[in-house]
Amino acid sequence: MTTEELIQQVNEILIEGFEVEPDLLRPEASLVDDLGLDSLDGVDIVVAMEKAFGCRIEEAEARAMRTLKDIYDSVERLVADLGERGKS
Amino acid sequence: MSGADDRKSDVRRAAITGLGAITCIGNTLDEIASSLRAGRSGIVVDEDRRRMGFRSALTGRITGFNPSEISPKKLRTMCEPAQYAYSAARGALADAGLTADDLHGERCGVIFGNDSTVKPAVESVDITRNQGETHFIGGGHIFRSMNSTVTMNLGGILGVRGANWTVSAACASGAHAVGQAMMLIRSGLQDVVITGGAQETNWESMTGFDALGVFSTRESEPERASRPFDAERDGLVPSGGAACLILEELGRARARGARIYGIVRGYGFASDGARHLAQPTGDGALRAMKMALADAAMNRDEMDYINAHATSTPVGDHVEAQAIAELFGEDVPVSSTKSMTGHECWMAGASEVLYTALMARDGFLAPNVNFSRLDDECPRIRVITEAIPCRMRAALSNSFGFGGTNAALVLDFEPATRHEAGDAAPPRRKSE
Repeated sequence: MTTEELIQQVNEILIEGFEVEPDLLRPEASLVDDLGLDSLDGVDIVVAMEKAFGCRIEEAEARAMRTLKDIYDSVERLVADLGERGKS
Repeated sequence: MSGADDRKSDVRRAAITGLGAITCIGNTLDEIASSLRAGRSGIVVDEDRRRMGFRSALTGRITGFNPSEISPKKLRTMCEPAQYAYSAARGALADAGLTADDLHGERCGVIFGNDSTVKPAVESVDITRNQGETHFIGGGHIFRSMNSTVTMNLGGILGVRGANWTVSAACASGAHAVGQAMMLIRSGLQDVVITGGAQETNWESMTGFDALGVFSTRESEPERASRPFDAERDGLVPSGGAACLILEELGRARARGARIYGIVRGYGFASDGARHLAQPTGDGALRAMKMALADAAMNRDEMDYINAHATSTPVGDHVEAQAIAELFGEDVPVSSTKSMTGHECWMAGASEVLYTALMARDGFLAPNVNFSRLDDECPRIRVITEAIPCRMRAALSNSFGFGGTNAALVLDFEPATRHEAGDAAPPRRKSE
Protein backbone atom coordinates (compact mmCIF):
# COMPACT_ATOMS: atom_id res chain seq x y z
CA MET A 1 0.00 0.00 0.00
CA THR A 2 1.40 3.40 -0.98
CA THR A 3 1.26 6.39 1.36
CA GLU A 4 -1.32 7.99 -0.95
CA GLU A 5 -3.53 4.90 -0.79
CA LEU A 6 -3.26 4.79 3.00
CA ILE A 7 -4.16 8.49 3.29
CA GLN A 8 -7.11 8.01 1.01
CA GLN A 9 -8.38 5.08 3.08
CA VAL A 10 -7.99 6.98 6.36
CA ASN A 11 -9.83 9.93 4.84
CA GLU A 12 -12.67 7.73 3.63
CA ILE A 13 -13.15 6.31 7.13
CA LEU A 14 -13.33 9.81 8.58
CA ILE A 15 -15.73 11.04 5.91
CA GLU A 16 -18.08 8.06 5.96
CA GLY A 17 -18.00 7.10 9.62
CA PHE A 18 -17.37 10.41 11.35
CA GLU A 19 -19.03 13.01 9.12
CA VAL A 20 -15.84 14.95 8.45
CA GLU A 21 -16.13 17.32 5.49
CA PRO A 22 -13.72 16.18 2.71
CA ASP A 23 -12.33 19.67 2.11
CA LEU A 24 -11.21 19.92 5.73
CA LEU A 25 -8.91 16.93 5.37
CA ARG A 26 -5.50 18.58 5.32
CA PRO A 27 -2.57 16.85 7.05
CA GLU A 28 -2.04 19.73 9.46
CA ALA A 29 -5.74 19.85 10.44
CA SER A 30 -6.33 19.60 14.20
CA LEU A 31 -8.55 16.62 14.96
CA VAL A 32 -10.49 18.53 17.61
CA ASP A 33 -10.39 22.17 16.52
CA ASP A 34 -10.55 21.78 12.73
CA LEU A 35 -12.32 18.47 12.18
CA GLY A 36 -14.70 18.76 15.17
CA LEU A 37 -13.89 15.29 16.50
CA ASP A 38 -14.30 14.57 20.21
CA SER A 39 -12.98 12.00 22.67
CA LEU A 40 -15.81 9.58 21.88
CA ASP A 41 -14.93 9.82 18.18
CA GLY A 42 -11.31 9.20 19.14
CA VAL A 43 -12.09 5.84 20.75
CA ASP A 44 -14.02 4.70 17.69
CA ILE A 45 -11.49 6.09 15.17
CA VAL A 46 -8.77 3.99 16.80
CA VAL A 47 -10.90 0.83 16.51
CA ALA A 48 -11.91 1.72 12.93
CA MET A 49 -8.25 2.19 11.90
CA GLU A 50 -7.23 -1.03 13.60
CA LYS A 51 -9.93 -2.99 11.80
CA ALA A 52 -9.16 -1.37 8.45
CA PHE A 53 -5.38 -1.83 8.60
CA GLY A 54 -5.02 -4.85 10.88
CA CYS A 55 -2.74 -3.00 13.27
CA ARG A 56 -2.94 -2.15 16.97
CA ILE A 57 -2.72 1.46 18.12
CA GLU A 58 -1.65 1.64 21.76
CA GLU A 59 -3.58 3.95 24.05
CA ALA A 60 -0.64 6.29 24.71
CA GLU A 61 -0.03 6.70 20.98
CA ALA A 62 -3.71 7.35 20.34
CA ARG A 63 -3.84 9.96 23.08
CA ALA A 64 -0.84 11.77 21.59
CA MET A 65 -2.53 12.24 18.20
CA ARG A 66 -3.35 15.88 17.58
CA THR A 67 -3.47 16.29 13.81
CA LEU A 68 -4.58 14.26 10.84
CA LYS A 69 -0.94 13.77 9.94
CA ASP A 70 -0.42 12.08 13.32
CA ILE A 71 -2.99 9.46 12.29
CA TYR A 72 -1.41 9.00 8.84
CA ASP A 73 2.08 8.63 10.33
CA SER A 74 1.05 6.23 13.10
CA VAL A 75 -0.95 4.00 10.81
CA GLU A 76 1.76 3.98 8.14
CA ARG A 77 4.45 3.05 10.66
CA LEU A 78 2.31 0.36 12.29
CA VAL A 79 1.39 -1.13 8.92
CA ALA A 80 5.07 -1.12 7.92
CA ASP A 81 5.96 -2.84 11.22
CA LEU A 82 3.38 -5.51 10.46
CA GLY A 83 4.98 -5.99 7.02
CA GLU A 84 8.44 -6.31 8.57
CA ARG A 85 7.20 -8.82 11.11
CA GLY A 86 5.51 -10.76 8.32
CA LYS A 87 8.84 -11.05 6.50
CA SER A 88 10.80 -12.25 9.51
CA MET B 1 -61.61 40.36 36.99
CA SER B 2 -63.16 37.98 39.47
CA GLY B 3 -61.18 35.71 41.74
CA ALA B 4 -62.41 32.70 39.84
CA ASP B 5 -61.18 34.18 36.57
CA ASP B 6 -57.82 34.87 38.16
CA ARG B 7 -57.50 31.27 39.13
CA LYS B 8 -58.73 30.11 35.75
CA SER B 9 -55.90 31.94 34.04
CA ASP B 10 -53.49 29.99 36.22
CA VAL B 11 -54.69 26.59 35.07
CA ARG B 12 -52.02 24.93 33.04
CA ARG B 13 -52.87 22.07 30.72
CA ALA B 14 -50.71 19.75 28.66
CA ALA B 15 -51.85 19.90 25.04
CA ILE B 16 -50.80 17.30 22.49
CA THR B 17 -49.53 19.35 19.55
CA GLY B 18 -47.46 16.82 17.62
CA LEU B 19 -47.42 13.10 16.93
CA GLY B 20 -44.91 10.80 15.29
CA ALA B 21 -44.39 7.04 15.34
CA ILE B 22 -42.62 4.05 13.89
CA THR B 23 -44.90 1.04 14.31
CA CYS B 24 -45.66 -2.35 12.82
CA ILE B 25 -48.91 -0.94 11.43
CA GLY B 26 -47.36 2.11 9.76
CA ASN B 27 -44.65 4.75 9.97
CA THR B 28 -46.76 7.79 9.13
CA LEU B 29 -49.79 9.10 10.98
CA ASP B 30 -52.06 8.47 8.01
CA GLU B 31 -50.79 4.91 7.50
CA ILE B 32 -51.30 4.17 11.18
CA ALA B 33 -54.79 5.70 11.24
CA SER B 34 -55.71 3.73 8.13
CA SER B 35 -54.49 0.47 9.72
CA LEU B 36 -56.38 1.19 12.93
CA ARG B 37 -59.58 1.86 11.04
CA ALA B 38 -59.20 -1.21 8.82
CA GLY B 39 -58.18 -3.51 11.65
CA ARG B 40 -54.89 -4.33 9.93
CA SER B 41 -52.42 -6.49 11.85
CA GLY B 42 -48.65 -5.99 11.90
CA ILE B 43 -47.87 -9.45 13.28
CA VAL B 44 -45.61 -11.91 11.45
CA VAL B 45 -43.62 -15.08 12.08
CA ASP B 46 -39.94 -14.26 12.54
CA GLU B 47 -37.76 -16.97 11.01
CA ASP B 48 -34.81 -15.91 13.20
CA ARG B 49 -36.82 -16.73 16.31
CA ARG B 50 -37.82 -20.07 14.85
CA ARG B 51 -34.18 -20.86 14.13
CA MET B 52 -33.15 -19.78 17.62
CA GLY B 53 -35.58 -22.18 19.28
CA PHE B 54 -38.12 -19.68 20.54
CA ARG B 55 -41.29 -21.13 22.00
CA SER B 56 -43.11 -18.57 19.84
CA ALA B 57 -41.71 -16.93 16.70
CA LEU B 58 -44.52 -14.36 16.49
CA THR B 59 -43.69 -10.66 16.60
CA GLY B 60 -44.75 -7.28 15.35
CA ARG B 61 -42.43 -6.28 12.50
CA ILE B 62 -41.33 -2.78 11.56
CA THR B 63 -41.07 -2.38 7.79
CA GLY B 64 -40.06 0.57 5.65
CA PHE B 65 -37.82 2.03 8.34
CA ASN B 66 -34.32 2.79 7.13
CA PRO B 67 -31.77 3.58 9.86
CA SER B 68 -29.21 4.58 7.22
CA GLU B 69 -31.18 7.81 6.92
CA ILE B 70 -29.66 8.62 10.32
CA SER B 71 -26.04 9.74 10.02
CA PRO B 72 -23.34 7.16 10.85
CA LYS B 73 -22.01 9.35 13.64
CA LYS B 74 -25.38 9.47 15.37
CA LEU B 75 -25.90 5.75 14.81
CA ARG B 76 -22.76 4.92 16.77
CA THR B 77 -24.54 5.85 20.00
CA MET B 78 -28.08 4.86 18.99
CA CYS B 79 -29.41 1.33 19.30
CA GLU B 80 -32.70 0.15 17.83
CA PRO B 81 -35.19 1.87 20.19
CA ALA B 82 -33.23 5.14 20.03
CA GLN B 83 -33.29 5.03 16.23
CA TYR B 84 -37.04 4.49 16.19
CA ALA B 85 -37.54 7.22 18.80
CA TYR B 86 -35.36 9.69 16.91
CA SER B 87 -37.36 9.13 13.75
CA ALA B 88 -40.66 9.37 15.66
CA ALA B 89 -39.51 12.55 17.40
CA ARG B 90 -38.52 14.18 14.13
CA GLY B 91 -41.96 13.37 12.79
CA ALA B 92 -43.70 14.67 15.89
CA LEU B 93 -41.73 17.92 15.96
CA ALA B 94 -42.48 18.53 12.29
CA ASP B 95 -46.14 17.71 12.95
CA ALA B 96 -46.14 20.23 15.80
CA GLY B 97 -44.48 22.86 13.64
CA LEU B 98 -41.64 23.25 16.14
CA THR B 99 -38.12 23.99 14.99
CA ALA B 100 -34.82 23.32 16.72
CA ASP B 101 -34.80 26.90 18.02
CA ASP B 102 -38.07 26.27 19.86
CA LEU B 103 -36.44 23.51 21.89
CA HIS B 104 -33.36 25.24 23.21
CA GLY B 105 -34.91 26.98 26.18
CA GLU B 106 -34.58 25.62 29.68
CA ARG B 107 -38.31 24.92 29.83
CA CYS B 108 -38.25 22.21 27.19
CA GLY B 109 -37.53 18.60 28.13
CA VAL B 110 -37.52 15.02 26.88
CA ILE B 111 -38.98 12.11 28.86
CA PHE B 112 -39.44 8.67 27.32
CA GLY B 113 -40.44 5.26 28.53
CA ASN B 114 -37.96 2.47 27.81
CA ASP B 115 -36.99 -0.57 29.81
CA SER B 116 -34.33 -2.46 27.85
CA THR B 117 -31.55 -2.24 25.32
CA VAL B 118 -30.54 -5.86 25.23
CA LYS B 119 -28.86 -6.22 21.85
CA PRO B 120 -25.95 -3.78 22.33
CA ALA B 121 -25.33 -5.23 25.79
CA VAL B 122 -25.15 -8.71 24.30
CA GLU B 123 -22.82 -7.48 21.55
CA SER B 124 -20.38 -5.85 23.95
CA VAL B 125 -20.27 -8.97 26.12
CA ASP B 126 -19.71 -11.15 23.03
CA ILE B 127 -16.85 -8.92 21.85
CA THR B 128 -15.22 -9.06 25.27
CA ARG B 129 -15.53 -12.84 25.49
CA ASN B 130 -14.21 -13.34 21.96
CA GLN B 131 -11.35 -10.84 22.13
CA GLY B 132 -10.38 -11.25 25.75
CA GLU B 133 -10.49 -7.46 26.22
CA THR B 134 -12.94 -4.58 26.01
CA HIS B 135 -10.86 -2.49 23.62
CA PHE B 136 -12.76 -3.44 20.45
CA ILE B 137 -16.16 -2.51 21.84
CA GLY B 138 -15.42 1.08 20.89
CA GLY B 139 -16.81 4.26 22.38
CA GLY B 140 -20.42 4.16 21.25
CA HIS B 141 -21.65 0.98 22.90
CA ILE B 142 -22.14 2.29 26.39
CA PHE B 143 -24.55 4.91 25.07
CA ARG B 144 -26.44 2.25 23.14
CA SER B 145 -26.73 -0.20 25.98
CA MET B 146 -28.36 1.90 28.70
CA ASN B 147 -32.10 2.17 29.24
CA SER B 148 -31.80 5.93 28.91
CA THR B 149 -30.33 5.60 25.41
CA VAL B 150 -33.43 7.23 23.92
CA THR B 151 -33.46 10.36 26.04
CA MET B 152 -29.69 10.82 26.18
CA ASN B 153 -29.50 10.71 22.39
CA LEU B 154 -32.58 12.84 21.76
CA GLY B 155 -31.58 15.38 24.38
CA GLY B 156 -28.22 15.90 22.74
CA ILE B 157 -29.36 15.88 19.13
CA LEU B 158 -32.29 18.22 19.74
CA GLY B 159 -30.38 20.52 22.10
CA VAL B 160 -32.91 20.13 24.89
CA ARG B 161 -31.88 21.98 28.06
CA GLY B 162 -34.62 21.03 30.53
CA ALA B 163 -35.80 17.62 31.77
CA ASN B 164 -33.93 14.69 30.29
CA TRP B 165 -34.55 11.19 31.62
CA THR B 166 -36.11 7.82 30.96
CA VAL B 167 -38.93 6.17 32.84
CA SER B 168 -38.57 2.40 33.28
CA ALA B 169 -41.74 0.72 34.50
CA ALA B 170 -42.07 -2.42 32.39
CA CYS B 171 -45.09 -2.34 30.08
CA ALA B 172 -46.39 0.84 31.69
CA SER B 173 -43.18 2.78 30.95
CA GLY B 174 -44.63 4.81 28.08
CA ALA B 175 -47.78 5.75 29.99
CA HIS B 176 -45.87 6.83 33.09
CA ALA B 177 -43.56 8.90 30.86
CA VAL B 178 -46.53 10.70 29.29
CA GLY B 179 -48.10 11.17 32.72
CA GLN B 180 -44.92 12.56 34.19
CA ALA B 181 -44.41 14.87 31.22
CA MET B 182 -47.94 16.15 31.69
CA MET B 183 -47.28 16.77 35.40
CA LEU B 184 -44.15 18.77 34.65
CA ILE B 185 -46.10 21.01 32.29
CA ARG B 186 -49.07 21.33 34.60
CA SER B 187 -46.86 22.20 37.56
CA GLY B 188 -45.16 24.95 35.59
CA LEU B 189 -41.72 23.35 35.62
CA GLN B 190 -41.68 22.80 31.83
CA ASP B 191 -43.55 24.32 28.88
CA VAL B 192 -42.77 21.69 26.23
CA VAL B 193 -41.94 18.03 26.77
CA ILE B 194 -41.02 15.64 23.98
CA THR B 195 -42.39 12.42 25.39
CA GLY B 196 -43.25 8.91 24.32
CA GLY B 197 -42.08 5.34 24.48
CA ALA B 198 -39.71 3.06 22.62
CA GLN B 199 -39.32 -0.68 22.33
CA GLU B 200 -36.69 -2.82 20.63
CA THR B 201 -37.92 -5.66 18.38
CA ASN B 202 -34.76 -7.73 17.93
CA TRP B 203 -35.04 -11.39 18.97
CA GLU B 204 -32.24 -11.01 21.50
CA SER B 205 -34.41 -8.68 23.55
CA MET B 206 -37.21 -11.20 23.84
CA THR B 207 -35.45 -14.40 24.91
CA GLY B 208 -36.35 -14.12 28.59
CA PHE B 209 -39.91 -13.02 27.86
CA ASP B 210 -40.32 -16.00 25.52
CA ALA B 211 -39.01 -18.29 28.25
CA LEU B 212 -41.79 -17.08 30.53
CA GLY B 213 -44.25 -18.94 28.31
CA VAL B 214 -46.73 -16.10 27.96
CA PHE B 215 -46.48 -15.57 24.19
CA SER B 216 -49.19 -16.78 21.84
CA THR B 217 -48.13 -19.83 19.84
CA ARG B 218 -50.75 -19.40 17.13
CA GLU B 219 -48.04 -19.29 14.47
CA SER B 220 -50.31 -20.75 11.80
CA GLU B 221 -52.35 -17.52 11.89
CA PRO B 222 -50.01 -14.65 12.81
CA GLU B 223 -52.58 -11.93 12.18
CA ARG B 224 -55.08 -13.68 14.42
CA ALA B 225 -52.67 -14.48 17.24
CA SER B 226 -53.18 -11.33 19.32
CA ARG B 227 -56.81 -11.56 20.47
CA PRO B 228 -57.33 -9.50 23.62
CA PHE B 229 -60.40 -10.41 25.68
CA ASP B 230 -61.34 -13.22 23.28
CA ALA B 231 -62.23 -16.57 24.85
CA GLU B 232 -59.66 -18.28 22.59
CA ARG B 233 -56.72 -16.04 23.50
CA ASP B 234 -53.55 -17.93 24.29
CA GLY B 235 -50.99 -15.24 25.04
CA LEU B 236 -49.48 -11.98 23.89
CA VAL B 237 -47.42 -11.18 20.80
CA PRO B 238 -44.36 -8.99 21.39
CA SER B 239 -43.93 -5.94 19.22
CA GLY B 240 -42.23 -2.56 19.25
CA GLY B 241 -41.11 0.64 17.58
CA ALA B 242 -41.48 4.12 19.02
CA ALA B 243 -44.18 6.70 19.56
CA CYS B 244 -43.56 10.36 20.27
CA LEU B 245 -45.96 13.02 21.50
CA ILE B 246 -45.18 16.70 21.82
CA LEU B 247 -46.83 17.98 24.97
CA GLU B 248 -47.06 21.72 25.19
CA GLU B 249 -48.62 24.08 27.69
CA LEU B 250 -52.07 24.82 26.31
CA GLY B 251 -51.84 28.61 26.48
CA ARG B 252 -48.50 28.57 24.69
CA ALA B 253 -49.82 26.20 22.05
CA ARG B 254 -52.88 28.37 21.46
CA ALA B 255 -50.79 31.53 21.33
CA ARG B 256 -48.70 30.17 18.49
CA GLY B 257 -51.74 28.80 16.68
CA ALA B 258 -50.66 25.18 17.03
CA ARG B 259 -52.91 22.31 16.08
CA ILE B 260 -54.21 20.77 19.30
CA TYR B 261 -55.05 17.08 19.11
CA GLY B 262 -56.28 17.04 22.67
CA ILE B 263 -55.24 17.44 26.27
CA VAL B 264 -53.59 14.89 28.51
CA ARG B 265 -55.92 15.80 31.30
CA GLY B 266 -55.63 13.14 33.96
CA TYR B 267 -52.95 10.75 35.15
CA GLY B 268 -53.44 7.98 37.64
CA PHE B 269 -50.89 5.54 38.98
CA ALA B 270 -51.03 2.73 41.50
CA SER B 271 -49.17 -0.42 42.41
CA ASP B 272 -50.75 -3.77 43.16
CA GLY B 273 -48.47 -4.30 46.13
CA ALA B 274 -48.67 -8.01 45.46
CA ARG B 275 -45.87 -10.54 45.65
CA HIS B 276 -46.33 -12.09 42.23
CA LEU B 277 -44.41 -10.02 39.69
CA ALA B 278 -46.33 -11.20 36.64
CA GLN B 279 -49.87 -11.71 37.94
CA PRO B 280 -51.92 -8.54 38.29
CA THR B 281 -54.52 -8.32 41.02
CA GLY B 282 -56.66 -5.68 39.33
CA ASP B 283 -56.74 -3.60 42.48
CA GLY B 284 -53.98 -1.28 41.28
CA ALA B 285 -55.54 -1.03 37.83
CA LEU B 286 -58.87 0.02 39.31
CA ARG B 287 -57.26 2.59 41.59
CA ALA B 288 -55.17 4.00 38.73
CA MET B 289 -58.28 4.48 36.58
CA LYS B 290 -60.19 6.15 39.42
CA MET B 291 -57.21 8.37 40.17
CA ALA B 292 -56.90 9.43 36.52
CA LEU B 293 -60.58 10.37 36.37
CA ALA B 294 -60.32 12.31 39.64
CA ASP B 295 -57.16 13.99 38.47
CA ALA B 296 -58.91 15.05 35.27
CA ALA B 297 -61.92 16.19 37.29
CA MET B 298 -64.08 14.16 34.93
CA ASN B 299 -66.77 11.55 35.43
CA ARG B 300 -66.73 8.01 34.18
CA ASP B 301 -69.76 8.72 31.97
CA GLU B 302 -67.77 11.37 30.11
CA MET B 303 -65.46 8.70 28.67
CA ASP B 304 -66.45 7.80 25.11
CA TYR B 305 -63.80 5.12 24.72
CA ILE B 306 -61.35 2.99 26.67
CA ASN B 307 -58.10 1.91 25.05
CA ALA B 308 -57.49 -1.15 27.17
CA HIS B 309 -54.12 -2.46 28.19
CA ALA B 310 -55.35 -6.01 27.40
CA THR B 311 -52.42 -7.90 25.92
CA SER B 312 -54.20 -11.16 25.07
CA THR B 313 -53.03 -13.11 28.10
CA PRO B 314 -55.66 -15.19 29.89
CA VAL B 315 -55.14 -13.70 33.36
CA GLY B 316 -54.30 -10.08 32.50
CA ASP B 317 -57.28 -9.49 30.23
CA HIS B 318 -59.66 -11.04 32.71
CA VAL B 319 -58.42 -8.86 35.55
CA GLU B 320 -58.63 -5.71 33.45
CA ALA B 321 -62.13 -6.58 32.25
CA GLN B 322 -63.13 -6.96 35.87
CA ALA B 323 -61.74 -3.53 36.75
CA ILE B 324 -63.37 -1.89 33.71
CA ALA B 325 -66.70 -3.58 34.42
CA GLU B 326 -66.61 -2.45 38.04
CA LEU B 327 -65.93 1.17 37.12
CA PHE B 328 -67.73 1.58 33.78
CA GLY B 329 -70.19 -1.31 33.50
CA GLU B 330 -71.02 -2.49 30.00
CA ASP B 331 -71.65 0.86 28.37
CA VAL B 332 -68.31 2.32 27.32
CA PRO B 333 -66.79 1.01 24.07
CA VAL B 334 -63.53 -0.81 24.78
CA SER B 335 -60.84 -2.03 22.41
CA SER B 336 -57.26 -3.12 22.71
CA THR B 337 -55.26 -1.87 19.75
CA LYS B 338 -52.76 -4.60 20.69
CA SER B 339 -55.06 -6.89 18.72
CA MET B 340 -53.43 -5.27 15.65
CA THR B 341 -50.04 -4.05 16.90
CA GLY B 342 -49.20 -6.81 19.32
CA HIS B 343 -47.84 -5.77 22.69
CA GLU B 344 -45.50 -2.84 22.19
CA CYS B 345 -44.32 -3.27 25.79
CA TRP B 346 -42.25 -0.29 27.02
CA MET B 347 -43.67 1.84 24.19
CA ALA B 348 -47.31 0.77 24.48
CA GLY B 349 -48.51 3.32 27.00
CA ALA B 350 -47.38 6.14 24.72
CA SER B 351 -48.32 4.60 21.38
CA GLU B 352 -51.83 3.90 22.61
CA VAL B 353 -52.31 7.54 23.53
CA LEU B 354 -51.14 8.36 20.01
CA TYR B 355 -53.52 5.79 18.47
CA THR B 356 -56.40 7.18 20.50
CA ALA B 357 -55.52 10.73 19.45
CA LEU B 358 -55.55 9.64 15.80
CA MET B 359 -58.97 8.05 16.28
CA ALA B 360 -60.23 11.34 17.74
CA ARG B 361 -58.65 13.25 14.86
CA ASP B 362 -60.33 11.06 12.25
CA GLY B 363 -63.62 10.44 14.06
CA PHE B 364 -63.66 6.71 14.72
CA LEU B 365 -63.00 4.09 17.37
CA ALA B 366 -60.60 1.34 16.35
CA PRO B 367 -61.77 -2.24 16.60
CA ASN B 368 -60.54 -4.99 18.86
CA VAL B 369 -59.89 -7.44 16.03
CA ASN B 370 -59.84 -11.21 16.51
CA PHE B 371 -62.56 -11.00 19.13
CA SER B 372 -65.49 -13.39 18.94
CA ARG B 373 -66.74 -13.70 22.48
CA LEU B 374 -65.73 -13.20 26.09
CA ASP B 375 -65.03 -16.35 28.01
CA ASP B 376 -67.78 -17.40 30.37
CA GLU B 377 -66.01 -16.21 33.50
CA CYS B 378 -65.03 -12.84 32.06
CA PRO B 379 -66.99 -9.86 33.39
CA ARG B 380 -69.21 -8.23 30.76
CA ILE B 381 -67.66 -5.25 29.02
CA ARG B 382 -68.43 -3.72 25.61
CA VAL B 383 -65.61 -4.89 23.35
CA ILE B 384 -66.03 -3.34 19.89
CA THR B 385 -65.04 -5.53 16.96
CA GLU B 386 -65.41 -3.13 14.06
CA ALA B 387 -64.42 0.48 13.53
CA ILE B 388 -67.19 2.74 14.81
CA PRO B 389 -67.68 6.33 13.67
CA CYS B 390 -67.39 8.47 16.79
CA ARG B 391 -66.84 12.08 17.64
CA MET B 392 -64.72 11.25 20.62
CA ARG B 393 -64.87 13.77 23.44
CA ALA B 394 -62.73 11.99 25.98
CA ALA B 395 -61.03 8.65 26.47
CA LEU B 396 -59.15 6.58 29.00
CA SER B 397 -55.96 4.69 28.14
CA ASN B 398 -54.69 1.93 30.43
CA SER B 399 -51.19 0.51 30.80
CA PHE B 400 -50.05 -2.07 33.31
CA GLY B 401 -46.69 -3.71 33.86
CA PHE B 402 -44.70 -6.40 35.62
CA GLY B 403 -44.33 -5.79 39.29
CA GLY B 404 -47.89 -4.54 39.50
CA THR B 405 -47.25 -1.03 38.22
CA ASN B 406 -50.37 0.56 36.74
CA ALA B 407 -50.97 3.76 34.81
CA ALA B 408 -54.11 5.34 33.39
CA LEU B 409 -54.36 8.50 31.31
CA VAL B 410 -57.47 10.56 30.62
CA LEU B 411 -57.43 12.30 27.26
CA ASP B 412 -59.69 15.27 26.61
CA PHE B 413 -60.43 15.91 22.96
CA GLU B 414 -62.76 18.85 23.52
CA PRO B 415 -60.60 21.28 25.46
CA ALA B 416 -62.31 24.23 23.84
CA THR B 417 -65.75 23.26 25.09
CA ARG B 418 -64.94 21.39 28.27
CA HIS B 419 -66.44 22.87 31.42
CA GLU B 420 -63.63 25.30 32.06
CA ALA B 421 -65.46 26.69 35.10
CA GLY B 422 -64.64 23.41 36.75
CA ASP B 423 -61.01 24.17 36.10
CA ALA B 424 -60.99 27.12 38.45
CA ALA B 425 -58.41 25.44 40.62
CA PRO B 426 -56.01 22.69 39.67
CA PRO B 427 -57.82 19.42 40.33
CA ARG B 428 -56.90 17.72 43.56
CA ARG B 429 -56.24 14.05 43.79
CA LYS B 430 -58.82 12.20 45.81
CA SER B 431 -57.53 9.58 48.12
CA GLU B 432 -58.95 6.14 47.50
